[in-house]
Amino acid sequence: MSTNTLPAALAEIVDDFQALSEPERLQLLLEFSRGLPELPERLLNHPELLEQVVECQSPLFLTIETERKDDGETTGYRLFFKAPAEAPTTRGFAGVLHEGLDGLTASEILAVPDDMPELLGLTRAITPLRMRGMTAMLGRIKRKVAAADRLRN
Amino acid sequence: MPYPVEQNEKFSAYASPERLVSTEWLAAALESGAVADGKLVVVESDEDVLLYETGHIPGAVKIDWHTDLNDEVTRDYVDGAGFAALAQAKGISRDSTVVIYGDKSNWWAAYALWVFTLFGHEDVRLLDGGRDKWIAEGRELTTDVPTPAAGEYPVIDRNDAPIRAFKEDVLAHFGNPLIDVRSPEEYTGQRTHMPAYPEEGALRGGHIPTAASIPWARAAAEDGTYKTRQDLEALYFGEADLKPGDDVIAYCRIGERSSHTWFALKYLLGFENVRNYDGSWTEWGNAVRVPIVKGAERGSVPAK
Repeated sequence: MSTNTLPAALAEIVDDFQALSEPERLQLLLEFSRGLPELPERLLNHPELLEQVVECQSPLFLTIETERKDDGETTGYRLFFKAPAEAPTTRGFAGVLHEGLDGLTASEILAVPDDMPELLGLTRAITPLRMRGMTAMLGRIKRKVAAADRLRN
Repeated sequence: MPYPVEQNEKFSAYASPERLVSTEWLAAALESGAVADGKLVVVESDEDVLLYETGHIPGAVKIDWHTDLNDEVTRDYVDGAGFAALAQAKGISRDSTVVIYGDKSNWWAAYALWVFTLFGHEDVRLLDGGRDKWIAEGRELTTDVPTPAAGEYPVIDRNDAPIRAFKEDVLAHFGNPLIDVRSPEEYTGQRTHMPAYPEEGALRGGHIPTAASIPWARAAAEDGTYKTRQDLEALYFGEADLKPGDDVIAYCRIGERSSHTWFALKYLLGFENVRNYDGSWTEWGNAVRVPIVKGAERGSVPAK
């Protein structure tokens, strides 16, 4: 699998992971879990606006919002995640997706290969069940973005 | 030299009180320097591979069920050499007292303890209530990872037979009690995976014929500790119809939740012959020509 359909920020994250040894990759995932931003106030008090990704082993909720880009023409998608501190692996992957995809356009997000989580080099250290949760998280984002994009056009 | 056993009223009612320690006991042992001087080794074993790194009991080492205890290619546990290497690296010697704790009411901790028992490690105990209770009580956590002096651990051949059942053992076991510790939805066959967990790929949903359904968490109290002996007896003798002295096999989806039940039956209620079928539903639900039962009824012993 090549990384050439990945948006630049996500490709950079994948490169960072691939350059590391396995224990260092887990450490990096932990850093992403710490870096996952808190929900903004308007979502914090409205859990009903978030959807649960049931495939994740730990409770993981997400939603997207659209925003007009600076050029006034294109639309970017903002990503929001909520995962408990006691689920660092799930949070870590949410952090990767947030840093790699937040604010991008529908076509950029939809071009990400569905099995992108496997590019992080964690398939030995993390159980297949959890890897599937990660894939499901990406799949949910893509489905939501595709649906929102169809409505706009 | 084994570390002294905890004495308290709740534990003394159990068949093997020496297999449990309370958070108070562990805190006092840490205070007295028992970990620092190597008398006690505290092990954290979680479902989430990164949870230990977010903070753990001071001095505790981490053992990950997936990367440390499983063999990568044989779908089995590590062998004697692998276990000795792991133990040594974690500062565990053959005569060390090991206390294991973890997340989710000790699912994975009980699983790790069961694997230690496959190797006949003599003094291995569970922290009653696990990680969540320690945290709920506001006890100390640290992100400092200890670098223990290497333990001395001989290469011990794993002795599976007394506490581990394989598929063939289960087939030969019919007529004796089985305990299915999965959720009611998994037991009836409505689903093949835990609620909120992804589809695992078992082809058929249901349970092993004659198995009683006692979801694992029913052995745990609200705070994640094991229930009292009296409550456990009501559950397993009452609802599951076990009789003292029965030969019992417990199973779940991959053998981790059933380790929690195995511990309760073996050490808290004192069943001598209780085995964990770690192949569990991921194997049984996919195996060719093995019988299953769908629905809430236990079903009857299949004809040979």
